[in-house]
Parts: sequence; C-alpha cells; structure tokens
Amino acid sequence: MLSSGAVYPVYQLMKDNAVALDWNDLIGPVKSYYSTGGNLYSMAFNSSTPILYYNKDHFRKAGLSDKAPTTWDEVEAIAKKLQAAGVKCPFGSAWPSWVLVENMHAYHDQPFADHGNGFDGLATSLRINGPFGVKMMEVLARGAKEGWFTYGGRLNKAEALMTAGECGIFTTSSAYIGNLTRASEGKFTWATGFLPRLAGFPQGSSIIGGATLWVMKGAKPEEYKGVAQFFKYVASTENQAWWAGVTGYLPLTNAAAKAMDASGHYAKNPNQKTAVNQMSNGKTTPNSQGIRLGNFNSVRDAIEEQMENIFSGHKTPKQGLDDAVAKGNEILKEFAALYK
Amino acid sequence: MKRTVFRNRWLPWALVAPQLAVTIAFFFWPAFDSLRLSLYRASPFGDRLIFIGFANFQRLLADPAYFRSVTTSFVFSLFVTLVGLSVALVLASLANAKIRGLGVYRSLLLWPYGIAPAVAGVIWLFVFHPSFGVLPYILSFVTTYQFNWFLKGWVALTLIIVAAIWKQFGYNLAFYLAGLQAIPGSVLEAASVDGAGPIRRFFTITFPLLSPVTFFLFTLNMTFAFFDTFGLVHAVTQGGPGDATSILVYRAWKDGFDGLQLGYSAAQSVILMLLVIALTAVQFRYAEKKVTY
Repeated sequence: MLSSGAVYPVYQLMKDNAVALDWNDLIGPVKSYYSTGGNLYSMAFNSSTPILYYNKDHFRKAGLSDKAPTTWDEVEAIAKKLQAAGVKCPFGSAWPSWVLVENMHAYHDQPFADHGNGFDGLATSLRINGPFGVKMMEVLARGAKEGWFTYGGRLNKAEALMTAGECGIFTTSSAYIGNLTRASEGKFTWATGFLPRLAGFPQGSSIIGGATLWVMKGAKPEEYKGVAQFFKYVASTENQAWWAGVTGYLPLTNAAAKAMDASGHYAKNPNQKTAVNQMSNGKTTPNSQGIRLGNFNSVRDAIEEQMENIFSGHKTPKQGLDDAVAKGNEILKEFAALYK
Repeated sequence: MKRTVFRNRWLPWALVAPQLAVTIAFFFWPAFDSLRLSLYRASPFGDRLIFIGFANFQRLLADPAYFRSVTTSFVFSLFVTLVGLSVALVLASLANAKIRGLGVYRSLLLWPYGIAPAVAGVIWLFVFHPSFGVLPYILSFVTTYQFNWFLKGWVALTLIIVAAIWKQFGYNLAFYLAGLQAIPGSVLEAASVDGAGPIRRFFTITFPLLSPVTFFLFTLNMTFAFFDTFGLVHAVTQGGPGDATSILVYRAWKDGFDGLQLGYSAAQSVILMLLVIALTAVQFRYAEKKVTY
C-alpha cells in the first residue's frame, strides 16, 4: 500500500483538515509499524499481538501447577505430560507463520528479512533459515513427530481446536480472548501468559498484526473532512477502551490503556492485560518494530506451505526453511522489480 | 431439423443481443484482458504496468511447483469426473426403478446441486475434521491410522475430490435420469425376451444409448473440476498441506487476489484456459465419434 502512490497519508489528511490528534500517545509498536520517516501513513484500526493460552482443566487433570509455561522447554515438558494424560491437542497454534515464525523472530530480536525487515528499504531476502529459525522449527517438528504438537491448519483454523476445549497450550492472537470467553463459558476455564521464549537468544518484542485504515486519493475535500473526524472518533479514549475491552485487541493509545486500568477493567479481566504487558515488557529493536514486505501474503503462503512439509516429516527443518526462503525471495524480487 | 426463417434482417440479431452482450462483457472481455495482463508486471492499483513479454510464463515453466500443480489438477479432475459419473449412473439406474416414494428419493438425490461449492466444502470439513469430524471418529474404531488432512496430502486430496463429486452429483443424476427415461422400454423388453440379463441389457443397450448424455456430462464435469472448484479448496485446505491440493485454478486465484501478483496470475489463467480448450477440443474430436445420437 505504502509504495502504491495511491494513498493519502493520514498525517497529511489530519493536518489539511486541521483535526488535532496526539500521535505521540499512540502506543509504540503501532506508531512504528504504520509510520514512515516519523509520519503516520495509515490509521491503525485493530491491532493485536500473539499470546499464550492454556486450558486450566487439562492442567489440573495432568497434575500440573496452574502456571503458564514461559519457555519452549517448559512448553515441551508440559505438553508431554498433557499428552500422557490423554489430552488430544497438548500444544497447538493458530496463524502458523505470524505466530511461530514472524513473531518468534521479533520476540528473540532476530531479523526476519533484510533491510531492517523492510523498514529501511525494499526487502529482497528472508532471513528465517538462520540458527534461530532452524532451532525453533526443530522444536515444533519434534513436537509434531512425537505427538505433543497438533498442527491444525493455516490462518486461524486451529483455533477451532482450542475453542472445542481440546488443547492444553495454545498460541494465537490476543484478539481471540473475546471469542474464547464466550465459547468456553460454562465448559472449561483458561488463562493466558506471555509467549514462550527459546533459551539462549536475546530479548526482543512481539509484533502487532491486524488491520489499518488507508485513505485513498481522489475523493472530495468534504469527504476527507468526514474521514478526519471519523479517525478522531476511532482514536478517542472512550472508543478505544470500549473496543479493546470487548475484543482483546490492544488499546491503541496510552490514554486508553490508562483509562482501562483506572476503570478497573484490567483488574477484572487480567487476561486482557497480558498482551499489553507483553508489549511493554519487550524491547523495540530494528528486528522487532514490525515487518514490511511487498506481496507479504504470498511470502506467508510460501512459509506456511513449507511449515506443513516440515511438520509432516517430508522435509527437515533446515531444508524446509531453505525452500521457503528461496520461494520467498523470488516473490520479493518480483515486487522489487515493480517498484525499482 | 426445422429451419426458422426470419423476414426481418435485424430481428434475429436483436433476439441474440442480450446473450451476446453478456458473453462479451463477462467472458470475452475478461479473457482478452488476462491475455494482455499476462505480458505485464502489474501493481495492485495499476499505477505500475511494466511490459515484460513472456517473463511471467518463463517464471511459471521454470517452477517445479507449477508442474506439480498441473499433475494435481489432472488427478483431481479425472477422479471427480470418472468416479462422479460412475456413481451418478449407478444411482440414477436405481432411482429409475419402479419403487414407492420415488419422488422423494429423487428430490433428495438432487439436493446437493443447490449448494455452493464453498458451503459444500465446509460441510465436508466438519465430516472429515481430524479432531471433531464424524468420519475420523468412526475410523478410529477400525484403525489407528491418523487421517489428519492438515498434514497428510493424500487425505486432503481425497477429501476435496469427495466433496467435489458430492457437489456435482445432483446435476449428473438429473441428466442421467432424464437419459434413462428417454430409452424406449420396448427395446429393453425385446432384449429381455432374447434372454439378456440385467447386466447384459445395461452394457449393450442402456449404456450406449446414454452415450450422448455421458459425453456431455464428461465435458461439463471436467470444466467444473478445472474451473469451479476454487471455493471448495479455499474453504477446506487452502491448497495445503504443502501444495498437495494446490490445483491450477486455486493457485491462479491465490497468486492474483491474495498475493496481488496480477500479471503472474493472469499468465496462469491463460495457461489454464489453453489447457481446457485443448481438452475440450480433444474430446469433441475423438470421443464424439463414439457417441450414438
């Protein structure tokens, strides 16, 4: 979108229409993801970050303490116990590429692609087949082989497993809280924790995902006036607190986060605070400010295709990641050729 | 055939005009546009349009994954067509018998055709789902084999083949039923009198007399399997696991609308179009000779 030349940058729109918005109040990761040269280009709408969920009932049944695992070693140990206790999906995850590859790299301060993940220039090659990527994939491949990691499909398909109460540990977007709260009511209990860390790698930060509102060029001035007012409405503390409160998306402004604390919302719904804490606990580095790639959907497809080949045992983690990088680079090259 | 003669020169044109307009607007125009686009590298908003000749085709033909996709498409289409037609023919023969409640049976058998491919996909997804599907649950009593189509390619392919057959079943059945009812009873009775059993009667009389229907359905199912099954794949497997169910039409859609590589996607549609034109031409050239009208 950014490269297309078809959009009207949001900071410009707000300035032209004299609508004041305190950009500095936007939470850091949101601001950095959607800004170029310090200026906001699109209006963040729903932003979330992946967190860990666990089914308390399964933990109790397997004789485990009521505590979220914090490292992948713990995930593995607990998942094996859950497996032994007869849990069908000891560990599962939705959004395979976003959670287990993109976020895991950022979370451990590892590069996902060159040129600062595409923030310093058009990215031309992926970096996911390094020591970290391979090690991460080895853990998951072992889990798939030994049966303590249940692969449940692309996109958010695997969430059906967690919703049905079959998973012990599960990683997906914080936005899933709203759905899970309603689906689990009266059936099972659960809690959340930070994403697990892989020992021996530095601290980064998880990254956001979701949708952002772009303004297209070519509309009438009075329409843009309306758009500017709408953005002001969306960003208002009141609306942000409501929207984050009913879904599990992150409040986009610090003011909204404070308001939710002050109203006692987080004290009543501690699970909604997990994502906020995980973000503020993280360290924003060039590797964890986000990922900006051309044709990113195709790149993701290439990655998820190879993840399936790895989990099914058709390819070794190294081989699969190498193939994903080769395919991904070809897609990036196409995009670079378009916008050279 | 009776020949109709129009006195007015313009009337026939006026009568076919609506159909022509639809065909031109929705078939020829997009087809020519894909032909044009396949020679370009295009950005999603059309602000960049770089002529690159046959580079999109070269990229496709150099990609082993594309040839895997071609193979998968042929396997998929052949199974959908052959198994689909066989099952429809057998059940149509049964539904053609003189039994009580026939109308109800027929209506029920025709039902699946009224369902969109994507919905059919979701229904089968629930039947096959490795965790909460009915079928894996039943199979778990018989075998310990894990029918997890999220990771096992052949299970995923079987799943979409079954779903596509089921989806197209009502249509095939309707035509076979009509075909069976058009077979004169006297011919079959004469064969009976000559001592031909039911199986002999089927293969020497019914099946040859049904050949025009079979030929028509064969072409139609092949086209359905090649072009119309995108929604099904999208709802169930998204082309996975790996690229086990990434049939040509799904690949073209994904690279175009999901990946926004429009020229590359257009090149795939052009190849797909040529393939299906070739297939249809071959069928008309060789298979039609064996058809008795």
